[in-house]
Amino acid sequence: MSEQKYDHKVINELVEGTLEWYQIKNMMSSHKDPERFKVYREVMQERVSWDDPILLPLGLHLYIVLKENGERIVKCDCGHEFCDYKENWKLYANIFVRDTEEKMNEVYPVLMAPDPEWQVIREYYCPSCAAQLEVEAVTPWYPVIHDFEPDIDTFYKDWMNLPLPEVKSKG
Amino acid sequence: MKTVDEVQKKTKAPIGWDGKTLKEMRAEIDRVSKETGYYAGIKDLTFKEEDPIRFEKIFSKLRGGVVHARETAKRVAASPIVEQEGELCFSLYTPEADSIVTSTGIIIHVGTMGAAIKFMIENDYEDNPGINDGDIFCNNDNHVGNVHTCDVHTLVPIFWEGEVVGWVGGVTHVIDTGAAGPGSMPMGPVQRYDDGYQVTCRKIGENDELSKDWLLESTRSVRGAKYWTLDEKTRVAGCHMIRDLVLDVIREEGVDNYKRFIREIIEDGRRGFVNQVKMMTIPGKYRGVSFIDVPFEGLDLPKFAQQNSIIHTPSEITIHKDAHLEIDFEGSSRWGWHPFNATPVSITSGIWVMLSQTLVPNDRINDGAYYASTFGIPLGSWFNPDDIRSAHSNTWHGLVAGWTPLWRGLSRGYWGRGFLEEINAGNAHTSNWLQGGGYDHHGELSALNSFESAACGVGASAVKDGISHSAALWNPEGDMGDMEIWEILEPLLFMGREILPGSGGAGKFRGGNGWQSLRLGWGAKEWTMLVAGAGAMATDCGLMGGYPGAAGYRFSAYNTDLKERIEKRLPLPLGGDTDPDYPTYEKNMNAEVVNRDRQAVTTQEEFDDYDLILNYLRGGPGFGDPLDRDPKLVEEDLNDRYILHRYAEKVYGCVFTEKDGEYKVDLEATKEKRKQIRKERLERSMPTKEWMKKEKQKILNKDASKQVQLMYAESFALSEKFTDEFKEFWNIGDDWMIYEEDLNVTKLGRHINRFKNNA
Ligand SMILES: [Zn+2]
Repeated sequence: MSEQKYDHKVINELVEGTLEWYQIKNMMSSHKDPERFKVYREVMQERVSWDDPILLPLGLHLYIVLKENGERIVKCDCGHEFCDYKENWKLYANIFVRDTEEKMNEVYPVLMAPDPEWQVIREYYCPSCAAQLEVEAVTPWYPVIHDFEPDIDTFYKDWMNLPLPEVKSKG
Repeated sequence: MKTVDEVQKKTKAPIGWDGKTLKEMRAEIDRVSKETGYYAGIKDLTFKEEDPIRFEKIFSKLRGGVVHARETAKRVAASPIVEQEGELCFSLYTPEADSIVTSTGIIIHVGTMGAAIKFMIENDYEDNPGINDGDIFCNNDNHVGNVHTCDVHTLVPIFWEGEVVGWVGGVTHVIDTGAAGPGSMPMGPVQRYDDGYQVTCRKIGENDELSKDWLLESTRSVRGAKYWTLDEKTRVAGCHMIRDLVLDVIREEGVDNYKRFIREIIEDGRRGFVNQVKMMTIPGKYRGVSFIDVPFEGLDLPKFAQQNSIIHTPSEITIHKDAHLEIDFEGSSRWGWHPFNATPVSITSGIWVMLSQTLVPNDRINDGAYYASTFGIPLGSWFNPDDIRSAHSNTWHGLVAGWTPLWRGLSRGYWGRGFLEEINAGNAHTSNWLQGGGYDHHGELSALNSFESAACGVGASAVKDGISHSAALWNPEGDMGDMEIWEILEPLLFMGREILPGSGGAGKFRGGNGWQSLRLGWGAKEWTMLVAGAGAMATDCGLMGGYPGAAGYRFSAYNTDLKERIEKRLPLPLGGDTDPDYPTYEKNMNAEVVNRDRQAVTTQEEFDDYDLILNYLRGGPGFGDPLDRDPKLVEEDLNDRYILHRYAEKVYGCVFTEKDGEYKVDLEATKEKRKQIRKERLERSMPTKEWMKKEKQKILNKDASKQVQLMYAESFALSEKFTDEFKEFWNIGDDWMIYEEDLNVTKLGRHINRFKNNA
């Protein structure tokens, strides 16, 4: 077992956002710890209420998890399941579009908001817990952006040399 | 009889290594690097491995010397842009123009100065005008690969016993280069010929001395000749210091060791970059997009340039299995009749500036990283114009927007890996550029470009807020400068300098806030002003639930009664425009003209004493759902005036009690309110797939503003891939299309068009 630079407690505090600035600064200034992912994945797993093994944290509330049937899906920390990880989860979210001055004005003073003739703001919410998961500022008609398509297999096998997490047998 | 070519034919021996010309050396490096996959074919870093201490010693000497030269030379300059803001940089190159080490500062020019040296090599400067020991060359030609005209390069070859062992380049951001408008990044130019004085890799001196014809011509071609002259002395001094340093190193270490070193350090840089990508990111595809408005309708410009358009820059980062980094910008907008065009070198070299602040935050950034990556730069796009007429004087308008999605892409990788401390939601659009010129308060013909923009809000991270009024993507060491210095140099007094609440994007962690300076015309003899910035559009998205930084706007007032008000000691417009929904400036003055709108790019307007103009420097994007923000932090923000009260309630869902102007968050009520907001979110939103049906109908009906339609038409005309992906996403048939020629826009410059056979 290689030595860990940061233990579960520190990484949990990093995720919580409660580390002091000097600690963050030290982390930023020193060499990166190759074992970070392993510790981080375990910390993230401890933080959620469900058992599906996390393959990859995808966003502030989102994870790619492994289901018992072998499917890899995008899941919210509230438990809401979106879709296969190859698909764009935003298409399975709820959307609210700020396309008028009035709707923009709920977030910014009028002159500090985009002009809806040029640009709209699209907010994507989890259909269950209503967390705001992503915000796009795009022209009208813009296709929903598929932000990230990770190559999970290459990552585990070739880059990390780690076995893929497995579904724990119930019992 | 001899032909001109024969007369000019070289009679001298080649100046490259082992009897080769520089051109032959350049071709060989490219060929060998491509064939082997290693820079210059260096498979083993034998020098580094056999004598690591000596290797590191040479590196430290060179790097330290280059940084030191910058710090020393900068004191020669008088321009506040160079002296206050540090807008200069020096870089050392191989004979073939690959960069070895670079100073701090505006390191985008590692690439642009390399491009200039490559241009000289490609055009056989070795034969004519000749490259000799003691020569000084100058370049600022945008189409050679410069960023914009005001970045003036001084380039000096370094000789050792008759051979070129390298080049040193120095660049400063000069305050004015004689463009159609005053300032270094003016509005007004819409063609190359408006961009100002352009020097194409010209030999301007021999035997370390600048020639008189050059000194006379160049100083007569720009406003602010004093700044121009001292900037040039700065660059020449720095280049000569670095040349001396290199010659010292060669004397100590031997020329053969120096030659080995410069090859290995670049290959080492390439490997270091690959390792960082593998250490920090996740293989896969990351996508983003940025936009910037070009609201030119009705501006004082040629008719063909007076149209509204949008600079659209989609980007797709692919991190391959072998950690090779690829960034493709397919689908980007066509170049246009505005000063916001760019060159491929400036967009890619700028990406290194950005990566050196996140993925490779060390001093080993050199052209090795360039050999570890690939860029897709579509011909005909705004950063690869297929026409030498394109204007570039304010190229940063599009570039700064174009890079911000790359932060978010990489940050998704960092999030997956657990490197949360490295996450950054993006960079602010570093504007306004507040510019002007004329006869100043000292009676001198001068120009200004306020570099307060070097201190914008930083994007939020996943573990803390973005820093307010602190940095610019293009110069991580940037600074807002001292008001007292600006007031000495510019005919404008400060009526205020204040944080603009809510200018950073809201989020669990909010973007760093921007700020405002209110300036009063004072003392100029004849003066005009202009601003250039993002206005109608936010140039970034938020990250993982955070909001984009606020968009820009302008405020200016002409023919005010401020002289009288000052005499009568009446209240004046002071401080920032804290809440533009409830403005106060206008309550404390009368003016014949007040501009308060989204027109954040303007052309020159006469500017007199007691006129007012607002400089608004933007904030950065936010990270995470604002409802996840610790209510105590919202309370702090409110009391410190980082956010406005109504948005603390509406966006952050916090409830406060107030006593003597001090707010206290009510945690219980906040919990309830946030619950309520979540409920409202579900009520007002709809499943994305349902919304798509409605949006598709709008597309079929061509229901969008003309500038939005033009943006799609340009991207469709340039890119089949973008068109196919657009149509596939919306499931739209072949019969639907938008063509530029149907939109009643200028035909000028629209050359490449896949819908036409001549493409
Ligand atoms: Zn949820």
